[in-house]
Amino acid sequence: MIRFGIAALGLVALTGAIATHQPATAGSESPKIAASAHLYDIYCAQCHGVQRNGKGVNTVGLSVQPRDHSDTAGMSSLPRDQMIKAISEGGGSVNKSALMPAWSAVLSKEQIEDMADYLIYVCKCGTAQ
Amino acid sequence: MKASLIFAASAGAVLVALAFRPTAVDAQAAGSELTRQCASCHALTKPAEATVDRLWTRKGPDLWYAGDKFNKEWLVTWLQKPTVIRPGGVLWFKHAKPGEPRDTIDTAAVEKHPAVDAEAATKLADELMQLKSGGLVKEGAFKPESANAAMGKLAFSKLRGCIACHQSAAGTGGLSGPELYDAGQRLRADYVITYMKDPQQFDPHVWMPTLTLSEPDLQRITGYLMSLGKEKE
Ligand code: HEC
Ligand code: HEC
Ligand code: HEC
Repeated sequence: MIRFGIAALGLVALTGAIATHQPATAGSESPKIAASAHLYDIYCAQCHGVQRNGKGVNTVGLSVQPRDHSDTAGMSSLPRDQMIKAISEGGGSVNKSALMPAWSAVLSKEQIEDMADYLIYVCKCGTAQ
Repeated sequence: MKASLIFAASAGAVLVALAFRPTAVDAQAAGSELTRQCASCHALTKPAEATVDRLWTRKGPDLWYAGDKFNKEWLVTWLQKPTVIRPGGVLWFKHAKPGEPRDTIDTAAVEKHPAVDAEAATKLADELMQLKSGGLVKEGAFKPESANAAMGKLAFSKLRGCIACHQSAAGTGGLSGPELYDAGQRLRADYVITYMKDPQQFDPHVWMPTLTLSEPDLQRITGYLMSLGKEKE
């Protein structure tokens, strides 16, 4: 467990170094990351925030606040499969709030999988898998 | 000398005024007012390729299904005195800025809509009412007798989360979608129910998701929305 923790720390440091500063729609990432960031700006940032911190323009009266996708500790506990399910079928499908809508009518399966990878990149959750 | 200068100047002013008088003269001329004045910002025919990039760069909302969407009286009034419908502008993400306790919209940067005079507004509204959705919106989709507006309100504001993106009263609700507090005046019921059921039929990339709504949900939410804005009449 401890050893795993150390390895994980190393990974986090590594991804941190590569990612250096946090996203929005910067230029130097891989094309997949950049494409997902662009989609995030249109579809997700309205609730999850332009800085991916859960503080979007739509959060005024929401009874459940959107996930802070920049929160490394919080997001690390979220398996990639569950992210994919939540994004495709909505919060209700993973016993979370239905205020998180289903996106399978808008995003393709591949785009949703790339989005999960993007979220892992954003939260610097090197350990998520 | 002086007199002729003044004359020349005022003749110039008249010329300029004529050139800028948008409609009274031009409306009689052949060709559509809509195409000339409005197509630079609005799609008046269904886009052949409705890509994400098209959505990302569009300057105004699509009007190619306007005849199925709007009440004509509302159009005539609004075109003369446009008010803000989308609090974040046509593309909210171009006007959002990070902030505490949450992101805000830079309202000063949200575009103001050009206004036209009463005569032009009537002509434009007539033309807009000719633009149809090609069968997407079916007459009679909304059945007023089975719609319980009170339950619709609950679904809209709580259970189905519409309020996350839409305002049901000025200042109440989210900012990324069009306000709906005057939906009863602005929109046609059959359009409202059809849009809500599957927004992607109108634009495959629009950022309103397809929500899971039962037929009774659709009917009662539409009933509720159609009651909004009616009080003011
Ligand atoms: C209408 C607002 C809204 C939009 C738009 C939205 N979300 Fe969410 N999202 C939420 C809320 C609210 C939660 C918190 C649910 C909870 O904790 O019960 C959430 C939670 C999540 C979670 C965590 C799910 C879990 O199991 O804890 C993920 C992942 C997520 N959203 C991804 C996305 C992505 C990706 C997009 C864009 C494609 C998006 N969201 C768009 C409101 C939204
Ligand atoms: C400079 C770009 C521009 C031009 C030119 C323009 N519009 Fe618009 N129009 C917009 C924008 C932006 C909105 C969205 C306003 C809002 O939601 O608050 C809009 C909204 C509308 C709406 C309401 C649509 C809806 O879905 O809510 C109508 C109707 C409309 N315009 C008609 C016209 C007509 C008719 C003309 C020509 C006389 C015209 N517009 C010219 C940019 C433009
Ligand atoms: C994630 C944000 C979001 C959610 C949640 C959402 N909408 Fe929307 N809605 C939008 C956007 C964006 C548009 C279209 C914007 C445009 O065309 O400019 C829209 C358009 C509409 C329209 C058409 C209005 C018009 O002026 O064209 C109706 C009606 C509507 N929504 C109803 C609902 C209802 C009812 C719900 C809940 C069941 C809901 N919406 C949930 C974002 C949302």
